[in-house]
Amino acid sequence: MKTPVQFRHNGSDVAVFVDGGASLLMALRDGVGDTSPKFGCGQGTCGVCSVLIDGELHLSCITLAESVAGRSVETADGLKAGASLHPLQTAFMENFAAQCGFCTPGMLMAAKALLDRNPAPTRAEVVEAISGNICRCTGYEPIINAVLAAAGNRQRA
Amino acid sequence: MPITVKTFASLGEAASALASDRDARFLAGGTLVMRAINEGDTSLSTVVRSTDRSFVEIRPAGARVTLGAGVTMAQIMANRELAFLHPVARAVGGPAIRNMATVGGNLFAPSPYGDFTAALLALDATLSMQGSYGGRETPLEEFLANRERNSGLMASVTFNRPATPEAFRFRKVARVKPKGISILSIAAHLPMKGGRVAGARVAYGAMAPTPIRAKAVERALEGRALDESTISSAIGAAAEGTSPATDAIASAWYRREMIAVHLKRLLAGTP
Repeated sequence: MKTPVQFRHNGSDVAVFVDGGASLLMALRDGVGDTSPKFGCGQGTCGVCSVLIDGELHLSCITLAESVAGRSVETADGLKAGASLHPLQTAFMENFAAQCGFCTPGMLMAAKALLDRNPAPTRAEVVEAISGNICRCTGYEPIINAVLAAAGNRQRA
Repeated sequence: MPITVKTFASLGEAASALASDRDARFLAGGTLVMRAINEGDTSLSTVVRSTDRSFVEIRPAGARVTLGAGVTMAQIMANRELAFLHPVARAVGGPAIRNMATVGGNLFAPSPYGDFTAALLALDATLSMQGSYGGRETPLEEFLANRERNSGLMASVTFNRPATPEAFRFRKVARVKPKGISILSIAAHLPMKGGRVAGARVAYGAMAPTPIRAKAVERALEGRALDESTISSAIGAAAEGTSPATDAIASAWYRREMIAVHLKRLLAGTP
């Protein structure tokens, strides 16, 4: 039996039908059509499905879709404003923080969750903030540098 | 297999729904149950949830603290009155997991997970279980001894506030930092009276199928000053009663060797 779920998705109201026990990740990818959160491990271990729910970082693959009814969900797809990239996206590009790119949407959301609360983080705080997100290409250094650069840019702006 | 999701306003109704269906599982943070669903666990046909406010409440009043079983690690880290638990909550998963993982769920986390439960054991926790006909209190130790056979719904956990901030000690040993799975974890509550330990409670995570108390260590500490000879007899008893697993993180042999090393550091207060 399908169940209707309504929530805010990157600022717009959406309504989708989900199967019993379906994850938020499946609701986003198959229902809403937002494929920016990725399916990696399905076990809450790799972080590629990271999204913000009411501003807090969550793993959408282990979030029951029905539990976000009436709440606000933000994904990497909502970071851009029209043709302009988000400062984090620009910093990721300039610091070569994406190689294969599969971890990037999750990294961006983990970084956004950090900068929304702590606009001038230390390097250790950035490491902590992305500790639940696995990258198998970059060795993390360019990602950490990108987040620190985005924080610097934001302070100047 | 299609799964039925049932959401209830009160914990009592949720407990009744759980009691009436053998294949129902209660879902709080999702870090265990959603994993099982994603893995295709066919033993699970119904998911029960509750929106009861008391399930996510922190009641830090007095010498005993009560946490609703649905309280998350992030909620604990945001509560100033629970500063003694901040290092324990921070030891669980990464930031996203801490926004989801609950106190109640940690009590069911299979070894080598369950570091928070080790801390609750050291703080003499009692669980409040909601059945379909009212509630009952169960000591945490008793609950863990029958973990797979317990019935009812975990409503809240009540435990001692440490006698002094220094009386409570916790350490998690992992190869990967800041987010790694435990080789082992140790929690200890060592209240001092007249320079001697009075009421020692020491607990281990990842040293048995569930977190356990290190009773031989407690006996070695009780009534003694925390000096070199006491610490030396305590670490001599460190591995007594343990039955750690060999898994991808560490071998049973390595865990038994390491427990004495880290117990010594915990007791001596060295990093």
